[in-house]
Amino acid sequence: MGASILYAAAVIGIVGILAGILLGVASEKFKVKVDEKEIKVREALPGNNCGGCGYPGCDGLAAAIAKGEAKPDACPVGGEAVAKKIVEIVGGEIDSVRHVAHVKCAGTCEKAKDAYDYVGPEDCQIAANAPGGGPKGCSFGCLGYGSCKRACQFDAISIVDGVAVVDKDKCKSCGQCVLACPRHIIEMVPEDAGAIVECNSKEFGKDVKAVCSAGCIGCGLCQRNCPQGAITVKDHLAVVDYAKCTGCGTCKEKCPVKIIK
Amino acid sequence: MKLTFKGGIHPYEGKELTMDKDVIEYVPKGDMVYPLSQHIGAPAKAVVKKGDRVLVGQLIAEAGGFVSANIHSSVSGTVKAVEPRLTASGSKVNSIVIENDNQFEKIEYVKNEKPLAELTKEEILEAIKNAGVVGMGGAGFPTNVKLSPKNADEIDYIIVNASECEPYLTSDYRRLLDETDKVIEGLRLALAIFPKAKGIIAVEDNKPKAIQKLKEVLGNDPDIKVNSMKTKYPEGAERQLIYANTGRYINSKMLPADAGCIVHNVDTVYSICEAVRQGKPLIQRLVTVTGDAITEPCNYLVRIGTSFAELIEAAGGFLQDPEKIIAGGPMMGKAIYDLNIPVTKSSSAILCMTKDEVSEYEPSNCIRCGRCVEVCPGRVMPNKLATLAEQGDLEEFQKLNGMECCECGCCSYVCPAKRHLTQTIAGTRKAILANRKK
Repeated sequence: MGASILYAAAVIGIVGILAGILLGVASEKFKVKVDEKEIKVREALPGNNCGGCGYPGCDGLAAAIAKGEAKPDACPVGGEAVAKKIVEIVGGEIDSVRHVAHVKCAGTCEKAKDAYDYVGPEDCQIAANAPGGGPKGCSFGCLGYGSCKRACQFDAISIVDGVAVVDKDKCKSCGQCVLACPRHIIEMVPEDAGAIVECNSKEFGKDVKAVCSAGCIGCGLCQRNCPQGAITVKDHLAVVDYAKCTGCGTCKEKCPVKIIK
Repeated sequence: MKLTFKGGIHPYEGKELTMDKDVIEYVPKGDMVYPLSQHIGAPAKAVVKKGDRVLVGQLIAEAGGFVSANIHSSVSGTVKAVEPRLTASGSKVNSIVIENDNQFEKIEYVKNEKPLAELTKEEILEAIKNAGVVGMGGAGFPTNVKLSPKNADEIDYIIVNASECEPYLTSDYRRLLDETDKVIEGLRLALAIFPKAKGIIAVEDNKPKAIQKLKEVLGNDPDIKVNSMKTKYPEGAERQLIYANTGRYINSKMLPADAGCIVHNVDTVYSICEAVRQGKPLIQRLVTVTGDAITEPCNYLVRIGTSFAELIEAAGGFLQDPEKIIAGGPMMGKAIYDLNIPVTKSSSAILCMTKDEVSEYEPSNCIRCGRCVEVCPGRVMPNKLATLAEQGDLEEFQKLNGMECCECGCCSYVCPAKRHLTQTIAGTRKAILANRKK
């Protein structure tokens, strides 16, 4: 009786030792090499895995930063403090100007007419497949079904009177809304931009007027009057070069449709 | 056993409105608009400019690539402009606008009365290409390209899609009944291109007169068979049609030619005959103008480029205010919001529905009844796909074969919760296809 207990203990003991050696060898042999930088970057990141950066959680972003695929300031939540720590680890520079998302459309329900009544899912991506790319008369303007609002992890976007509006303070410049918009009307602009054109229509002035009273008609007054030469009209649409703009406000005064803000 | 497929629905047919009425030829009065992109593939290139005088049948735009088609004027007059104009898709497409002088001066067509055996394959394809014939069932795929598959020796069947399963539409039926000989001649011409192909004319059994007439004319023809299929929507969808007639499956990654089949619409086959025998370009088609909101629903022989507004006026205008106007049939057609759009090579119908016919409901939550799964001819799960689409999970959507959806609308039709299934799935499919192109 006593002997069989000893046998059993011996067998279990030997199996245990063998398995232990095997695991020990395997763990050395099949070791996953982790970049030390990556671990450090991961430690510097907030770690709440919000996905706001567009990577699968903080681990994903840490790997991307360590490989140099993402910028050191790519974490939208951490802000400057985290970015500085990461720069110490991987080097590089931080973009000193904070960018915020901006919806280039001021065509509210009242100002921009709908071409027809839309019945269907309340989602811009799906509504964009309806005839004419959505019910809005203007085929460049904000549809207002809130795909960007749902994409925003930080509750910074709201739909006000049929147009998406970004809360600059809440925006973490992650760029998810830019990807979600089927009409590509959301742009990242410097927080302190002196002049922003609130329209995205590349139609002729006459056609813009026909569907919206808050659209750029491409008259070129802003381009002619800008003392810095910071505005150019391309495809019947004024475009501001934020690097040149000093925020003097001449364009805002001259704009006949008052869409430069 | 009747020829059919799995799934499908039986919507109200609405064909009695126009089915037994003679076709009326409509002579257009106003300006004609010819969108340069009224087929699948590269847009055609305009060969006329503002101020040019053109005649009926004259080439005004030539094919802009291999998959593209010629466009001809259907009236005589002067070119007014080449500018973007609104089309049935709801977006603006570059178009040639011709001011109609109401003279209808024709160019001379070159007839070809050689017996079938003496016609070469190249001769037939060239004539089809020159005439700008495209698939007239809706998609508008250039016919000469369809008839030149890589595996020409392996084509077993050319199927003429005369099922016309889409409710309200009767233009194919009228064509079949009125021009039986030409439709059959067109099919023979197409068959002459392939060494071992046999013809099938597939008709739903709700058109007994057409089936009877076809059988009378064909007699015991060894090459062409008339198949009577079960009346069910979407019997005329390409994949379902091939399965019902040959038992062969194809999926979204395959072409019918991969299963040894080529499918043509009735009007396309008729146009092949006109193109080869009469040398006549594709400048006219049958359009069903119907719906309860129309005073006199009927089939019209329309010159391509005529505006919808003119055509509705010709049909006696509106009996009552239409709630919804659809270019095409009620299941797969597109709702339009402006009547100043032109009839193109693939516009099969103008359907004007009253408020009674259009029932609008607020969608509610899925009750997991599974009816959409039962009726789906593509054998996918619309309920799951729509949910995944709403959540934006494109990967899982493709894993569950979301790309096999043919957007026939059966799921939306049966859904007791009135969810926008087809619309949601279709939108997501387009988004995925657009991403793939990037």
